[in-house]
Amino acid sequence: MSDKEARDKRILRLSRRKALKGLAAGIGALALPAKDSSASVWEAFFQKNFRELDKEDLQKVLSRLEKEYSAQFGKAVKVKATPPIEGVLFGYALDLSRCIGCRRCVYGCVRENNQSRDPQIHWIRVLQLNKEKGVDLEDAEHYYNPAKVPEPGHFYMPVQCHQCKNPPCTKVCPVQATWTEKDGIVVVDYNWCIGCRYCMAACPYGARHFNWKKAGLPAAELNPDTHYLGNRPRPVGVVEKCTFCIQRVREASGRYTACVEVCPVGARKFGNLLDPDSEIRYIIENKRVFILKEDLNTQPKFYYFYAT
Amino acid sequence: MRNLRCSCLFLLTGIALHFLLVVPALASHQAEEPKTRKEEAAAQQFPVPPPPFTPGIFPCSECHKEIKPNPVRRDLKDEHTGIVLNHAQGQRWCLDCHDTANRDKLRLVSGEKISFSESYRLCGQCHGDKFRDWKVGVHGQRSGEWNGKKSYLLCAHCHNPHDPRFKPLQPLPPPVRPEDVR
Repeated sequence: MSDKEARDKRILRLSRRKALKGLAAGIGALALPAKDSSASVWEAFFQKNFRELDKEDLQKVLSRLEKEYSAQFGKAVKVKATPPIEGVLFGYALDLSRCIGCRRCVYGCVRENNQSRDPQIHWIRVLQLNKEKGVDLEDAEHYYNPAKVPEPGHFYMPVQCHQCKNPPCTKVCPVQATWTEKDGIVVVDYNWCIGCRYCMAACPYGARHFNWKKAGLPAAELNPDTHYLGNRPRPVGVVEKCTFCIQRVREASGRYTACVEVCPVGARKFGNLLDPDSEIRYIIENKRVFILKEDLNTQPKFYYFYAT
Repeated sequence: MRNLRCSCLFLLTGIALHFLLVVPALASHQAEEPKTRKEEAAAQQFPVPPPPFTPGIFPCSECHKEIKPNPVRRDLKDEHTGIVLNHAQGQRWCLDCHDTANRDKLRLVSGEKISFSESYRLCGQCHGDKFRDWKVGVHGQRSGEWNGKKSYLLCAHCHNPHDPRFKPLQPLPPPVRPEDVR
């Protein structure tokens, strides 16, 4: 090998290294929000995990989000971060002997919790099952659309987040953007979620949903009473799920969830599992209760029951 | 002495007045009180919206005060022809639940007259299991607050008392199939 060849090789190697360095720096710079780098974008970029925010920081985050959403939707939006109530563990019961599969709950939930209309996200999925086969998920149909429900020979089983006591979804999150709150509600910090969708793969109930595109949420239909961990407008690329209407139930005068209120047959029941006088405790103690996929040991706080 | 007579007179007048005014008031109060208190307690325990009457039909006595009650079991030909009894038909008729003498009241088997806003007691005579569940908030829709004030519905808000089976509904649209998502 001549001197010249050796020199050429060295030059080439050096320049490749330089090129890679430059490329890395360039990509890094592109990843930073530069184009519309208002203060709020920087603040969002460096925001901590919800559970690490102190009172002052949290207040700042909430007011920043309120300002952002109010500007985006052209109306006053409230973003709360109401903490869990002491001595409360939420539970839910659904009467399979009553449900007629009318899907009022599905759309009641969409309205209350600001789900994207297009692309469509539903937190509740209603399964139509065959009375002869029982709860056979292989045989379940959720695109049924007859003129009238219930159809003869069928029963209906709405499925939503079961708020497991032993949730597989929170365990797989690589960044701890989802966790169980003290009142038993499994929540997602949309600002911390990286959108890897491991939790969706882990959930045996199909209860988690991904924002593939910018949410199609008309300003007129936005519910302005929102919670940071619940129904506030979601960004692209994060996972969302049922939160038992966290914005409603955590108040001192805690309203029933939207799906409970809207159910025309009164099949949906909600309450405090730690209160012996609650309807949910009455159901567990007096009715035939069924837990979906009990064998997975997810220990849901969502119970199906037969009132008759 | 004169003073004493004066005060005696005053005392007597006082006693007489007492009997005239206060005692009857008290008596009437005692006669009415237990019932109102019971009703009030029921209203507090099971707060319900007003019964779902067909507009303009209540009070029933508006028309019925002119009509002599006919307690003979029969099919109605002139009025209320729209009501088809599909609720243990053949085993009962109007006046088993509606009071013969006072048409603005319902009638329990015991003979007790109750208002339409307490109709759940009437239904509960046969449907005891549902009544038990309804009282604790397990049967039927309930709105309000899980940790506070709750509002019940009367049986008649969801079930037509003359034809109580829950009517099928049109379902809202099914979800978009994944293959139709753009």
